[in-house]
Amino acid sequence: MISRRHFLQAAMATSALYGVGAFGNWSRLAAQQVLSQDDLIGSSDFGNVTLIHITDIHAQTQPIYFREPEFNLGVGPVNGLPPHLVGDEFRAAFGIARGSALDHALTYSDFEALARSYGRMGGLDRIATVVNAIRAERPGALLLDGGDTWQGSLPSLRTQGADMVGLMNALGVDAMTSHWEFTLGSDRVREIVEGPLEPAFLGANIFDVDWDEPVFDDYRIFERNGTQIAVIGQAFPYMPIANPGWMFPEYSFGLRRERMAEVVDEVRAAGAEVVVLLSHNGFDVDRQFARDIPGIDVILTGHTHDALPEPIQVGTTFLIASGSHGKFVSRIDLDVRDGGLQGISHRLIPVFSDVIAPDADMAARVAETRAPFAEEMAEVIGTSGNLLFRRGNFNGTWDDVICDALISERDAEIALSPGFRWGAAVLPGQEITREDIYNVTAMTYPNAYRTEMTGETLRMILEDVAENIFNPDPYYQSGGDMVRVGGMGYRIAPHGTTGARISEMTLLSTGEAIDPSRSYTVAGWASVNEGTEGPPIWDVLESHIRAQGVVEIDPNNSVDVVAG
Amino acid sequence: MTATRQQVIGTGLAAAAAFFGLPAIATAADLEEAINTFTSGATTGEGGLTLIAPEIAENGNNVPVEVSAPGAEAIIILASGNPNPNVATFNFGPASGSRMASTRIRLAGAQDVIAIARMEDGSFIQASQSVRVTIGGCGG
Repeated sequence: MISRRHFLQAAMATSALYGVGAFGNWSRLAAQQVLSQDDLIGSSDFGNVTLIHITDIHAQTQPIYFREPEFNLGVGPVNGLPPHLVGDEFRAAFGIARGSALDHALTYSDFEALARSYGRMGGLDRIATVVNAIRAERPGALLLDGGDTWQGSLPSLRTQGADMVGLMNALGVDAMTSHWEFTLGSDRVREIVEGPLEPAFLGANIFDVDWDEPVFDDYRIFERNGTQIAVIGQAFPYMPIANPGWMFPEYSFGLRRERMAEVVDEVRAAGAEVVVLLSHNGFDVDRQFARDIPGIDVILTGHTHDALPEPIQVGTTFLIASGSHGKFVSRIDLDVRDGGLQGISHRLIPVFSDVIAPDADMAARVAETRAPFAEEMAEVIGTSGNLLFRRGNFNGTWDDVICDALISERDAEIALSPGFRWGAAVLPGQEITREDIYNVTAMTYPNAYRTEMTGETLRMILEDVAENIFNPDPYYQSGGDMVRVGGMGYRIAPHGTTGARISEMTLLSTGEAIDPSRSYTVAGWASVNEGTEGPPIWDVLESHIRAQGVVEIDPNNSVDVVAG
Repeated sequence: MTATRQQVIGTGLAAAAAFFGLPAIATAADLEEAINTFTSGATTGEGGLTLIAPEIAENGNNVPVEVSAPGAEAIIILASGNPNPNVATFNFGPASGSRMASTRIRLAGAQDVIAIARMEDGSFIQASQSVRVTIGGCGG
């Protein structure tokens, strides 16, 4: 029997109608009541087309803890706009009470205490319950997956994504787009797409390098209740730059916004009454797409892992942000009449795993995928002395541990850990299992390198990554967060100009300024270069945690962020 | 544009160790001279010329660029930050079915790619696109 916690907030339910002030009305619905599965999932008789959006699950089939960011800066025109709001600003913007269930789901505040009250979130069996409930009400509801689905856990790594492919087939996904999927290698992606994959694999921006032609389907048009719904896919645009291009050398990606405009025209000409972009662009890029490309009604955003309780409207386009790691499912009901979208109702459903009952069939399927690895994953490696989390523009405690591990296990002066946004959190006092370690490291280019870099090279790397994240033009952003640095401190001015954001680089072990011409011993992982040598990062991390017993980390004050 | 002098080429963190110095980039005077040679000093307008290039190059050695301008006699492509900014000039005759061309160019680092079209009426129009070349890594 599942324990059902009693919450004091209702789920968020929003409706944004053309011509009606959309924001904030969900809070009126959030009258104090005992929360139940039915309250969370809700019900709607709005409209005639229903979309269900999940994205960036990162192969998390189990309920997890995931802390939303404390730092999520927007630069240039998006400074201070959602999703670049955290903590108090986030609560104020969306009318969320501090300490409420929604606060815990959507912000970093009081994370540890609230996590102990509200429990874990997500779990594919709970998501199945939500999807099934919506489909019971709307049998034709389209289930759309924004990608980053086949990567991020030990079972998905070992099965090269086969576990997730089977599970998402069973969940009844209609279409998906992609990003980390390609880090399985292009041969494997083709093997899955041409083989067991049931959802349409969409990516209007995935081109063959030699022939400069689209490789996969650009879109699919679904007919539901006599309505033609076009779903266009947009894969992560900067695949070969942010991830190892040598793993999929025959493919080129890119924003290709001119092409996207053509595809929108094409689906309209083919009779689409409503156009949905299933995107892995990242929120800021999608917001700019909405401004620049006419004719898209709904953008289901992904990549940047943002969760927003309300749609963001740009012109006549609505952007939906459904979070990551299975924490949320978005339900979008569309009123499509007279050849076009007349209205939209949206509900961000937080998947509190102690409230929403697991679907028995999906639970059994998930258990089957985990069984071959269950013993290995369950082994306790150590205990966490701190809250270990991933998200944040400049550091996360999991990466602090990884950098400590790289420095101690690889005998380096400085450690670099990429600014990934995936990876589940571990609460203080919780046992760290091998599964926890893989949840923050499982990927196909894990080798922990050890090399020499000059101070000038280190500065260029930090500047380059900062430019990728804090460029005021979203089309020049590639997502992710700042590379995490161990053993070295620095000052960063996110709103600064290209090549001039980083200063005060300091070697922490001596307190001396980094010498541009001196060589430093640097260890890191997840290099996008072919032939990178070193032990896989999970072995490095496991060895370090085993040696530590209880993993204690000091507060990271080594990144000085210049405001404004 | 402030991004034109970032001396970065490579494809990853480990490649950073192998960063190499770049040849001298074109001076502003070189670029101006290349433009003046094409336009004979005439002022250039905007609109009517489409320049498609990636915002971030997947491979700085092989950057696809496409230009199109209905009614153009000739279109020049310039790489403002290359040692020699003059990349290519496409000439179109009266029988040309469409006034568009595509090619792949090498970029010595982040810079503006500029296209100028000479129209049949003798006027000039210009478009530009900033192309960033990055060491990459660290996707979300």
